[in-house]
Amino acid sequence: MYIRATGNISPQKTFGHSALAEAPVAYTGNRLACIEPDYKEFIDPKLIRRMSRIIRMGVAAAMECLKEADIKMPDAITTGTAYGCLEDTNLFLGRMVEFNEELLTPTAFIQSTHNTIGAQIGLMLQCNNYNNAYVHRAFSFENALLDAVMLLREKEAAHVLVGAIDEIVNPSFTILNRFGIYKPGDVSNLELYKANTKGTIAGEGASFFALTAEPSGNDYAKLEGLHTFYKPAGLAATEKQISGFLQRHAVSMQDIDLVITGRNGDAAHDEPYAQLTQSLFGQTQQLNFKHLCGEYPTASAFGFWLAARILKTGNIPELLQASAAKPVKRVLLYNSYKGSHHSLSLLAAC
Amino acid sequence: MNEPVFIAGTGVISAIGNNVTECLDALENGRAGIGPMTRLDSVHKNRLPVAEVKLSNEELASRTGLPAIKSRTALLSLAAAQEAIRHSGIEDLAAWRCGFISANSVGGMDKTENFFREFIADNNKGQLHDVVDHECGSVTELVADALGINEHVSTISTACSSSANSIFLGARLIRNNILDVVIAGGTDSLTRFTLNGFNTLMILDEQFCQPFDENRRGLNLGEGAGYVVLVSEKVAATMKHKPEIVLSGYCNANDAYHQTASSPDGTGSYLAMSGALKKSGLQPSDIDYINLHGTGTQNNDIAEGTAIKRLFEPTYPKMSSTKTFTGHTLGASGGIEAVFSVLALQHGVIFPNLRLQTPMKDLPFRVTTELEKGVSLKHVLSNSFGFGGNCSSLIFSKI
Repeated sequence: MYIRATGNISPQKTFGHSALAEAPVAYTGNRLACIEPDYKEFIDPKLIRRMSRIIRMGVAAAMECLKEADIKMPDAITTGTAYGCLEDTNLFLGRMVEFNEELLTPTAFIQSTHNTIGAQIGLMLQCNNYNNAYVHRAFSFENALLDAVMLLREKEAAHVLVGAIDEIVNPSFTILNRFGIYKPGDVSNLELYKANTKGTIAGEGASFFALTAEPSGNDYAKLEGLHTFYKPAGLAATEKQISGFLQRHAVSMQDIDLVITGRNGDAAHDEPYAQLTQSLFGQTQQLNFKHLCGEYPTASAFGFWLAARILKTGNIPELLQASAAKPVKRVLLYNSYKGSHHSLSLLAAC
Repeated sequence: MNEPVFIAGTGVISAIGNNVTECLDALENGRAGIGPMTRLDSVHKNRLPVAEVKLSNEELASRTGLPAIKSRTALLSLAAAQEAIRHSGIEDLAAWRCGFISANSVGGMDKTENFFREFIADNNKGQLHDVVDHECGSVTELVADALGINEHVSTISTACSSSANSIFLGARLIRNNILDVVIAGGTDSLTRFTLNGFNTLMILDEQFCQPFDENRRGLNLGEGAGYVVLVSEKVAATMKHKPEIVLSGYCNANDAYHQTASSPDGTGSYLAMSGALKKSGLQPSDIDYINLHGTGTQNNDIAEGTAIKRLFEPTYPKMSSTKTFTGHTLGASGGIEAVFSVLALQHGVIFPNLRLQTPMKDLPFRVTTELEKGVSLKHVLSNSFGFGGNCSSLIFSKI
């Protein structure tokens, strides 16, 4: 399976297929917001006005991806979102509570359903094909990707548009902050991994991929394997899952040039990564990405984009402020979320 | 990739019963579960009838073992999933690669909307335990954890077609040799959020709904959960009573017409039904009964009916909407109606479409209005269509 094209809106300058910025966008504070493009190129201005921010971001990232893939009508569309359309949900919920269930209008409710982005893409493309929406926390993206992989394997589709979208809005940020998830005060995203304190930084993003059964000669990368595991009993169980995954795909850690990890700056969350560095990942170069996009349940899609981008050139973009010890031919993306949701993707250069 | 996927067990809870036996009894005796709102605390209480599950959260908690403070969506889900597993007779789930795939439309919204009452007034107020399971996936995990399933846990949310998609995904995970056993279906509890949402769309019936009636006025919302236990041929071979029903066809298509309305010719519905037939290798004339999506809205019933006309004309199978009993249970409806479709095959019954007075003038066929027993059924089609143009059809077959 091949990643033919991508479209990525994130807190970094990742949208558009020009060269990536040399330095990451620096943020002070515990919340990273997406840098939004000029949507007019991708969406009818009449439609833009009616769409909430997450829908615009999702649709634009999807359109950019299809344009790069030169696919007019995908055989299937699968999306993942953990939180769904928070802005519309909050709007409808807030008004309903405030006005005691009176004086409500349907627009926000209509756009609050979790399949809205996939549906809007289908609608814009007039695409009657398979369309599914996964909403399982930090497995949402991986489940959408697994669906796409199965559709290609089943020969039900030759190409699938897969994406993950999550937004952060004020009320949700306030609530999540009350759970103590984020670092207090003026945190620098560029110093995220140095603090060794509790909490991470909030993020968001819209990342889409065109996954195809056949190579095009100009693909980003090949997807060799995908696996999720839920609530492993401890580090030994995690190591067993990772080794088992590699074994099933007949590769060893020596075959992997780069591990992209889901470290998020929270001391307790990142501890297993330090332990894995003592064992499995000891001899392999590692790279983190959540200082660029922040932490959110579908952040692994940003990591997936990064892996694909690196494999296309074989080099680590300057944005990451790291250089590859050797040409990068194979990447293992290992993400974990709240210690309970773990995912592994194995990608290789074409 | 085309090995049979068996239905080894079913579990259901809805306004017409707390388990399969009670629901079947109500379906056979024409007892609808729709009535005045008693549990949901809404200003529309005296105007809008709903189809509530008769058990309180405390009663559901004591039956399932989940704390009563958890979302009703999770409590309903666990009750039905536990029944499905018990009914399957699989003694040791842990012996197999087992997955739990659930669907819901608004996760733990029943708790979140209470939290918001205090939170809106003061952002430091509101009990956090009321929002901790807000995410759709969190509701699924509460149930998966209680069932001890961790190999594969997933949640789908495609509005009213959600749980048809989860059953369909379960079958594909088995056919792709990723899992051996999947408990698949969906759940939704009544919430003010959803009730008010549908109310603003002006598609709620202030009387009991009348799907496929010329003078239909809209739908009644309901709540519940329904799951099937899907097993591979390898698992089925080890069972004392080999399952006799398979999921033979499925298809997911998109109407691509409007965010909430169906196209007048029911393009998405037609593609879903014809795609499911193609997948199963069956002809339209092989279908004995259609469990209709049949919500009772002007728009759905004419779109669905037009698509049925296009696909089945001139010979129509028996048809009925069991939403006349359970109301529209949204993310649970595909799961609940999958269980009812399996029951129809197992017991040779066609459930009635209640309260039909005037058949729709623009459709050449009639839905079944009286219970039919002793019918030889081989193939049943179940339709689930939703917002966002999501249309899914499943075919259950007796082998």
